Amino acid sequence: MEIILHNLDLFIFLFLLCLGYGAGTLAEKRHYKLIHKREEELLKMPVVTAEGSFPAGRVRNAKLVTGSVVVSIDYFKRLLAILRNIFGGRVKSYESLIDRARREAILRMKEEARRQGAGMVVNMRLETAAIGRNANRKKQIGSVEAIAYGTAIVFNPK
Amino acid sequence: MILTNVGTVPGKKIVEHFGIVQGSTVRAKHIGRDFMAGLKNLVGGELKGYTELLQDSREEAMKRMAEQARKMGANAVVNIRFATSSIAQGAAELFAYGTAVRVE
Repeated sequence: MEIILHNLDLFIFLFLLCLGYGAGTLAEKRHYKLIHKREEELLKMPVVTAEGSFPAGRVRNAKLVTGSVVVSIDYFKRLLAILRNIFGGRVKSYESLIDRARREAILRMKEEARRQGAGMVVNMRLETAAIGRNANRKKQIGSVEAIAYGTAIVFNPK
Repeated sequence: MILTNVGTVPGKKIVEHFGIVQGSTVRAKHIGRDFMAGLKNLVGGELKGYTELLQDSREEAMKRMAEQARKMGANAVVNIRFATSSIAQGAAELFAYGTAVRVE
């Protein structure tokens, strides 16, 4: 017991590390599973980055749709990223974070388009913004925002 | 008000250009949300509070942009772009801009 009290800092640190690792990995796996499932569901909704042109009378209406998400990284991975800063190289933990954020944002945009009854989304643009200046600094929110937006096209019935 | 982010309004013809319109808003998170986000930061995952906040702010920015366009006499805004910048710690600016036009 005395050891724990003497090294409380260390134990809190280790606890947070384990918590971050466990919960973070689980959350990421679940998120990816959900992303795959929804991506399959929404395959029929084409999204292109080109502007596209449509014959007159074919388009009933056009509307801007957006999707956005803010995701944060867990304690364990943030530590890994800080360590990675020393040696340089690929920071895999941030790669998966940003990949998840972008795909989630696109999915939300597609869902919004489907709610509007759109047939497709043209001129899709992606943007990311870091919330909090330095993601690695302590006490800062190491999170990233991804925004996807485009123009949903609702077609006239043939 | 028709809002699109392509150069034209698909299916309609632009008859008049009015130039650039913009709308922006600066938002900060309140302390409770910040605290919750800090906790969530330990385990990772989506920060729903922030997502909502930014979504609301973006809508507000778009509303201001649309309002400006309406005053000019436009009925559509094309080529809309978004930008986010964090101007100070804990505050973010959401910015939307586009070209006001009148369509048939």
